[in-house]
Amino acid sequence: MSDSVVQDLLPSPTPVRLLAEDGTTVEGCPTGYERPTVPQLLAAHRKMVIGRRFDAQATALTKQGRLAVYPSSHGQEACQIAAAEVLGPGDWLFPTYRDSVALVARGVDPVEVLTLLRGDWHCGYDPKAVRVAPQCTPLATQVLHATGLASAMRRKGENTAVLALIGDGATSEGDFHEALNFAAVFNAPVVFLVQNNGYAISVPLSKQSAAPSLAYKGIGYGVRSEQVDGNDTAAMLAVLGTAMDRARSGGGPFLVEAHTYRLEAHTNADDATRYRDQEEVRGWLAADPLPRLEKHLRDVGALTDEDVRAAQEEGERLAADLRQRMNADPHLDPMSLFDHVYAVPTPQLAEQRDLLATELKAQEG
Amino acid sequence: MAATSMAQALNAALRDALSENERVLVFGEDVGQLGGVFRITDGLTAQFGEQRCFDTPLAEAGIVGYAVGLAMGGFLPVVEMQFDAFAYPAFEQIASHVAKIRNRTRGALSIPMVIRVPYAGGIGGVEHHCDSSEVYYVATPGLKVVTPATPADAYTLLRAAIDDPDPVVFMEPKKLYWSKEDTELRYDSEPLGRAAIRRSGKDATLIAYGPSVPVAMQAAKVAAEDGLDLEVVDLRSLVPFDDETVTASVRRTGRCVVVQEAQGFAGFGAEVAARVQERCFHSLSAPVIRVGGFDIPYPPPMLEHSHLPGVDRVLDAVDRLQFSDEPDGRYLTGVRA
Ligand SMILES: Cc1ncc(C[n+]2csc(CCOP(=O)(O)OP(=O)(O)O)c2C)c(N)n1
Ligand SMILES: [Mg+2]
Repeated sequence: MSDSVVQDLLPSPTPVRLLAEDGTTVEGCPTGYERPTVPQLLAAHRKMVIGRRFDAQATALTKQGRLAVYPSSHGQEACQIAAAEVLGPGDWLFPTYRDSVALVARGVDPVEVLTLLRGDWHCGYDPKAVRVAPQCTPLATQVLHATGLASAMRRKGENTAVLALIGDGATSEGDFHEALNFAAVFNAPVVFLVQNNGYAISVPLSKQSAAPSLAYKGIGYGVRSEQVDGNDTAAMLAVLGTAMDRARSGGGPFLVEAHTYRLEAHTNADDATRYRDQEEVRGWLAADPLPRLEKHLRDVGALTDEDVRAAQEEGERLAADLRQRMNADPHLDPMSLFDHVYAVPTPQLAEQRDLLATELKAQEG
Repeated sequence: MAATSMAQALNAALRDALSENERVLVFGEDVGQLGGVFRITDGLTAQFGEQRCFDTPLAEAGIVGYAVGLAMGGFLPVVEMQFDAFAYPAFEQIASHVAKIRNRTRGALSIPMVIRVPYAGGIGGVEHHCDSSEVYYVATPGLKVVTPATPADAYTLLRAAIDDPDPVVFMEPKKLYWSKEDTELRYDSEPLGRAAIRRSGKDATLIAYGPSVPVAMQAAKVAAEDGLDLEVVDLRSLVPFDDETVTASVRRTGRCVVVQEAQGFAGFGAEVAARVQERCFHSLSAPVIRVGGFDIPYPPPMLEHSHLPGVDRVLDAVDRLQFSDEPDGRYLTGVRA
């Protein structure tokens, strides 16, 4: 490999950043990327306000016992919103359990997003209708599916791409490495976004990897990589947008590491004080992506109080609707347990379905 | 009619599926130029091109996970695991996704695919090349599991597996790859799930599948010389299971031996034996007996013949089917006569 090829594959030595923590513009945009336009940033801001309200409502519903569990993405909204904003209608998203806000931003019905966590079914939406794969729990397994689907799109001659989301801890799983390798070998139009939020439940990144940055995991597979300030919405939109464009036009896979932080515990069931101190959390509060973007847009005179209020009201409407619909008990049909194990139930399942029907009847009587 | 080996029949099934359905893709380790280590994919890349039959990087989870995505995108992957034990890295993909995506999405996403696994022993293979791994797959709802015992069935069942709307683990008894039969390869769109009676008999039923079917047939032949008329049922499809054929046979004969090459403890044969006694209790004149390999890791090549259930072990079990009214001493342990 020539030096220039190697240089092309490597990420920049420090995370790409377009907005400083105080919202001021970082001068100069690294080559290959384009600063998002003000309307793009305004759209992202609106979705971020709504997404954060959704996240808070989901957390509240969990405390009320309406959800079995909820993994919050509070603090990671620049990643969540950018992941949805860079998708075209034909593109696919492969999310994890952490990425509910990205799904809502993609336009999936919030109640259908929460079906998994409420527990009335494993996936509440039709993946094909919204072009979002089921939120994946077995770590890193979904990035292989994303790669396969990306290859399918390319074979069919579609100018579309796939965005696969994964956490920092999950980059230690073999499937992540196999996916990078397959994606490169088959030149699949897939972008891998690692949301490095510092922890895999309790385990900090330092115990997960000795790489200079997770973005350096790309070069060994021949995958172009970048690292980004994951709390900088402008940088996230710029880098992810470029990566997706490149994939759509046949340029192959792209690995993006976003440096961000999970402000909440792993889930409501986790006690984060057992493995990190409040000082660290406070430090990251200063890097909160929402005030940063808001400050920037106000500074450039693009965002008014009216805009902010309108977005907040939209968030309240979504939250009220979510509360109302989530407080109604879901319709459960035990007989449906047998419906989709196979295209047609096996004779054995048909027998067991009859058994359950008898049990249910006896319980009624 | 030409003598066809099971390997040739499988090759023909892949060839015909590739030419009839352009969504079919064949991939795995060494399946391209080389034609697979068992030559099952011989000539397919030459005929259909690199796009339809291709080598992948050497990573089994990768192969199956990549197939999941291709299937989501409308393709019909037929992937090869090089050997039984080398499919284990793919097990998470198979158990957590391949088997569950239809159910997870209430049928919105289905991922029909075929995972071909050369399995079981009897070929003098060294460690990791002879596992009877079927029990892992049959215990995973959402998968269909089939295994042929004849070249004709290898063709029919593989075509049916490729046509099936659900993911199928297709277990190929590798010791039978070179077994030949005068047969015409035919596929009449018969769905998976039917067993076949390979030999009719009235005195007892031997139930076998995959590599054990020829053993059961041979045992029946030897027994016939002793005046015992044994029926042989070849299961063909482990999931779905053909209770109907099995039950009807045992009700007719009143006696049953289940033969499997796999280790016996909690093996598939235990499921078969349990189903038979649940459904045929009043027709049974003797307990259902299981014959299998021993509960040991697969032995080294020079010792495998001691492990594998052969004709003698099967006939010994038949012997214990209480054809006489004399109590069988082997069942009277601890009882003073
Ligand atoms: C294969 C697998 N092993 C373990 C788990 C249990 N688990 C769930 S989330 C998690 C931590 C993942 O951390 P990371 O990838 O950084 O994502 P984050 O939760 O921080 O978004 C673990 C260990 C799992 N879901 N899957
Ligand atoms: Mg993490």
